[in-house]
This record gives sequence, C-alpha cells and structure tokens, in this order.
Amino acid sequence: MRSQLDRTEKLLIVGLPILIALGFILPEWIVNYIQVSLGTGLVALGVMIQMRAGLVSFGQGLYFCIGGYAAGMAGKFLGISDIFLLLACGLIASVTIAFAAGFLLRRYREIFFAMLSLALSMILFGLLSKLEMLGSTDGFNLPSATYLGWAPEGDTAKHALYVATCIPTIICAFLLNRYLRSPMGYIGEALRENEIRLEYLGTSAHRAVHIKYVIAAGVSGIGGVLWALALGHVDPEMTNWTTSGQFVFISILSGTGNIVAPLFGTFILEIVRVYAVELSPNTWQMILGTLMLLTIIFLPRGLWSLIQEKKHAKKSGGEK
Amino acid sequence: MFLLLVGMLFAMFISSTEKSRKKLFIIFSMKTTYSEEELIMQNNTQVLSKRTSIWLAILAVSSVAATFSTQAVADDKEVKLGIVTFLSGGAAGPFGIPARNAAELMVESINAGTVPAPYSAKGLAGAMVTPIYVDEASKQKVADYKKLVQKDSVDAIVGYISSGSCKAIAPVAEEEKKLTVLFDCGTPQIFEDIVTEPKYVFRTAAHATMDNVAAAKYVLDTHPDAKSIAGINQNYAWGQDSWRDFSASMAVLKTDVTTTTEQFPKIYAGQYGSEISALLTKKSDIVHSSFWGGDMEALVIQGGGRSLFKRSQVVLTAGETAIEGLGAQMPDGTIIGARGPNGPLAPDNALNDWFQKAYSDRYGSSPTYPSYHMAQAILGVKAAMDKAGSTDQEAVIAALKGSTFESPSGTVSMALSDGHQAIQETAYGTYKFDKETGKSTLVNIKRYAANCVNPPEGTKSIDWIKSGFKGADCK
Repeated sequence: MRSQLDRTEKLLIVGLPILIALGFILPEWIVNYIQVSLGTGLVALGVMIQMRAGLVSFGQGLYFCIGGYAAGMAGKFLGISDIFLLLACGLIASVTIAFAAGFLLRRYREIFFAMLSLALSMILFGLLSKLEMLGSTDGFNLPSATYLGWAPEGDTAKHALYVATCIPTIICAFLLNRYLRSPMGYIGEALRENEIRLEYLGTSAHRAVHIKYVIAAGVSGIGGVLWALALGHVDPEMTNWTTSGQFVFISILSGTGNIVAPLFGTFILEIVRVYAVELSPNTWQMILGTLMLLTIIFLPRGLWSLIQEKKHAKKSGGEK
Repeated sequence: MFLLLVGMLFAMFISSTEKSRKKLFIIFSMKTTYSEEELIMQNNTQVLSKRTSIWLAILAVSSVAATFSTQAVADDKEVKLGIVTFLSGGAAGPFGIPARNAAELMVESINAGTVPAPYSAKGLAGAMVTPIYVDEASKQKVADYKKLVQKDSVDAIVGYISSGSCKAIAPVAEEEKKLTVLFDCGTPQIFEDIVTEPKYVFRTAAHATMDNVAAAKYVLDTHPDAKSIAGINQNYAWGQDSWRDFSASMAVLKTDVTTTTEQFPKIYAGQYGSEISALLTKKSDIVHSSFWGGDMEALVIQGGGRSLFKRSQVVLTAGETAIEGLGAQMPDGTIIGARGPNGPLAPDNALNDWFQKAYSDRYGSSPTYPSYHMAQAILGVKAAMDKAGSTDQEAVIAALKGSTFESPSGTVSMALSDGHQAIQETAYGTYKFDKETGKSTLVNIKRYAANCVNPPEGTKSIDWIKSGFKGADCK
C-alpha cells in the first residue's frame, strides 16, 4: 500500500507544473510573494512535523538562518554561486548542527523543548549581531544564482530562480509526506500521545525525536537558502525570535493536518499582510491579529480543517 | 490574482472529499441559503464552521476585489510616491514616525503649493502627489518593494531608515529600474561596495562617516587638550561603524590620544550599570556614543545620575532626537549631533523657518533629524522633477544626478558616487537647557563645510580617514 501515491502526493505532482506555470502567468510581484512564501513555508513545514510529535520549536529560525548564512558565506568567501552547491552547503550546515544539538534537545519535551530551541536560536542571533566581518545586524548580500555554469540575466534569471525554488520545495514536501506516513513518522504521533507506552513497544523515543529534529532542521536549512536567494540578502533577523514565532503562527494558522497546509498558509498569510499594510499602514498588525484570533476560535485545527473535517466525519473513527 | 484563486481552488478540489467539494462550491458561489438536504447533512459545529468559511470567503473575495479596484486608471496629472519608513517596532518612535509626519506635511504642502521658494509651484512638475505608505518593519522588504513598483506602479520610492534595508533594496532597485531615493540610512557601503555603478538609486542625506569625522573635529576644536577617549556604542552595525570612524578620526587628528575602553552593550539593553561603571573608572576625557532612541535616554538618565557627564565630556552623535523630550535631564555641556545640520543645528533660512513652524503647528513638537532627512529627500525629488519639467523617470534621473538643491538644512549637492550620493555641510553644538523658558538649546555651534567632512569622489570612507583626510578642504 505504502508504495502507492496518496492523494497529497498526487496533488504535489500535479501541483508542480501548475506552480511553475503560474510563475509565467501571474504578475511578477505576486510570483515574488509565492517565491518567498515557498522558502518560509518549508521552515513552517519543519515546525509542523515537529508539532505532529507534540514538540513546539520556538527556534526554527536557527536553521532557517544557518541555511541562509551558509549559502551566503559560501558565496562571499568561496565565490560559489551554483544553486545546487549552495543548497548542499545549507543542508549540510543545518543538518550537522542539528545533529549535535539534537543530543541535548531530544531529552526535553513541551515548554522545555520550546524554550531550549528558542535559546539556541537567540545565541546565534547574538553571535551574528556581534560579528562585524559578516556585516553585523546589517547582514550582507548574496551573489545571483547560477545553474551548473549557466548564469542567466534579467527576466530569465527571475524565472530560473523561481523554478529552482519550486522544485526543491515540492521534492521536500513530497519526501516529508512519505516520512510522515512511514513507521518512523507514525512514531511521532505515538510520541505525542504516550511516550512511555512507545518505549514499552521497544522503540527509543529519544532517537525518534532526534531524527525528527534533524529532518526538520534540514528542510528549514533548504528553506533558508531558497529564501535568501530570493531576497539576495541575509541578516541576523532570520534567527530572531520574532521570525521563529512567525513560523509557529503559520503552522497554527494553517493546521498540521496536511503537508501542503503550511505552504498554502504561508502564502495566504503573506497576501493578507500585504493587503493589511495597504489598507492601514499604521495598524496592519491589528488586522493580522484579529485574523489569527478568529482562526483559533472558529477553526482550532487551522485553515486546513475547512477541507479536512468532513473526511474524518465520513471515516468515523478518524483512521487514515 | 484571479488566476491564482482559481489555482488554489483547483488544488483544494483535488484533495477534498465529495462532501467538502460540495461545501467549497457553496463557499465560492457565496450561496447564503441552504437547501433542507444540505442542512440535514451538517451537524451544529459544521454549520458554525460553514459560517466561518463563508466569512473567510467574503474576506478573500473582498481582497480580490481590492486588487482590481486599486488598479484604477492613473491620472496623467498624478505622481505616485512610495514612502517606506518604520511604522512599527523599536525604530518607529524616534525615527519612523517623525519621518512619516514630515512626509505627510511635505506632500500636502507641495500639493497645496505652500512651500516657500524655490518650491512654491504646486505639485511635482505640476502633477499632484499621491503617497503610498509602507511599513519598513517587514520580513519581506524586497517583495514589498517589488509590489510597490509593479502593482502600485509608483513613479518613485523614497524610503529606508535601516542600513540593512538599504543594503537589500539597492541592488533590487537597480534590477527593477525604478528611481529610489534612500533618505536616512547611514552606511557608506551602499555606493562604495554594493551598487558601485548606480543609475536608479540615490541618497539625499550624507552618509554616517560625516557624523563621526565632524564629531572628532568638534571635540578637538572645543577640547584641544583631550588625551583619552572611550566609547559606548550598541553592538550592531551602526554602533560598530560609528565607533570605528570616530576612533580612527581621533587617532589621525591627534596622534597622542589613547583609547581607554570600548563598551558594546547590546541594542535595546536599557540597563547600562556595568558599562557606566567601566567608563567611570577609566576617567576618559571624552566619551563617544552613537546611541539613539530609548537606549540613549536611558544612558543619559543613568549616566547623569552617576556623574558620568561631569567626569567626562560626552559626545552623543545622534543626540538631537531626544533633547526636547529630556529637557533638564540632559546635562548641560553635552556635545550633540543631529546627523547633519538639522533641528536646532539647521541654518537660518526661509525654508527652515517654514518647515519648523509648519511641523510644530501640526504635530505639536519640533521636527528632528529624521523629519529633516525626509523633507530633504522629497524636496530633492521635487527639485529634479520641476527642473525636468516632467515626471518621466529618465528625465528626472538626469536632472537629479549631480544636482544641487536647497533644503531646510541648507544646500545639498549630489556630489559623490557619480552624482548619486549627497554631501552637505554639518554642524555640532553643545547642549544648554534654558531654565527660564524651559527650552532645550544648542550653543557654541560649529559648522564644517561639506568638502571638509566628506571623502572626495572615488575614495572609500575608511581609507580616506586612514589616509589623514587626504583631499579635505576645511576652509
């Protein structure tokens, strides 16, 4: 059964060409918002898969930032601008650091996990703000991306980067969906429900958390590279707690029901913000806040539950 | 926008069941009444969430409608200015809001034609100005910028306070080919490292090097026997750059000056007890600080209480924004800068008299340097558009490049970086609180000519300082 494609995966496969086609049809400013949303959406995905296991990471910005800075530093100091190498740099850097930090974090749950992950991300924020070599709080700019020696310019470059953002994002979402449906993924849900029983069944909860943490960090790192390339600039704000909080906000707003939810959620939030700023430049935060309150009150399982709740009703028992 | 909605709908359709498909259909057809059968299908909570979904759908539809309605046909006698400053966050109070206020005032006065000569003609080259305000406190600054250019089709963008924003925006502005006037950010890197051959990016305020070179000169003019300096600056780009420029300038101007201590507390720390102790024990002749906003007020109040200002001569390079609010709490004798000849350091001219009065009548407080910088940027655009006689971008750029224009803080010349970076004279003063009138004043004001405190064309700021100010003309 598991080798078959489930509905989400079909959606992702169909969605990719549509997403790429949209990049050529829609006005560029919207495409730009889609592009940055895919980058941050990946990080929200990282938060979401941890939420599935009952772990709220309040410091996911750490790996978002590590990804962005790894790509930026590879460009600045080593002169690398090939997108595949930059993605590899971001992925390796974030996975390595997550692997090390995981030994500490896997021992904590709930608020302690949240606070410790937050603390780690703020340590990096403090460090980067002090480093004059890396532009301190002003950050520094990234080179334009090249693709295996091909260096497009002008509109071609914009489209190429957009396509190069869509493909890794969809691949990551696809793989994460596979992961969540695998035994390893289901251990996450068991972890949230009853950790002691899980241990009695013969699995290490620590190991499961560690793996989940590293996977989440890897996706966030890739998200960081893609976002930084779209922006052309990185600064320590990427690992500030407000950024991390936004990822949690997106995950709550969109719901943890489906892997596609955070990607959509990010974009919807971005568009709502744009119009909120246009509507009232001085108090746009109030509109966003009201929206979040309403979502929490009326849709406690996120925007995605608009689509999903019927499915549960039908399959009485909620088994997938 | 519409296509996008269709795409989203399509995606939702695929991954939804029969029932939710029906529901989605209801949502998007905006049906407000339900058939008996539909109602039976729902239990209470679902009806509630259906209402919610309708509510959300209305929101979505209205936002789509907003897209189309804002794309109204542009009047050919209208010119759109995108104005980006901090409207929220820590920098909004001391910088962002005074700048936005100045922008509002300038736009209204320009449209009404009430600005004194040489700006008394209505509008920009006859076209009425429509401002679009955007909050700089956003994580997607570049996407917001592109939205201004492409969706709102602005004719020019005036904005950006944070140097980080300017660094990110400058290359994008060149890519988008849109006239962008940076009005306040200080880092000299913009044209020295990031956009070395600018065409569309301008900066109408002098960069931060001028502030600290002039501070060093003022210190030595008023305290020629100073032997030691110390610094307390926020540990981020602005603080580090300010201290680097100031200490390098002092080292060049007076070779026997020693640096006793460099304090770098973190930004928004609010408590400077240990740093003040360190400064007190070192007993330096001069203490330099580029603090701003709430941090500076905290430093003044905490340092004032512990006689830091009595023991050392304190220089506050961005002190001007707080003097009106602090009043008697700011110790007399403190050296105050305003990032240019702004506020109480502004020269005596008709434009400045008008600006001071119009601003304080309207907002109940005197304009501070971010207000001056904003007014300067908008007047620069006006001067260029009036001179070009049109709002056509190419003509405006040609007119602005290398131009010289008047502002409330005196004459501004776009002399550096191939005519894209402004220089102007600057001034420093010493604080004096007038107990009788309750007014904050600056006395012993010294002015420094533009060519004396700015590097010549083609020289990087820090190289220029280290070369001993080669080419400076301090007559």
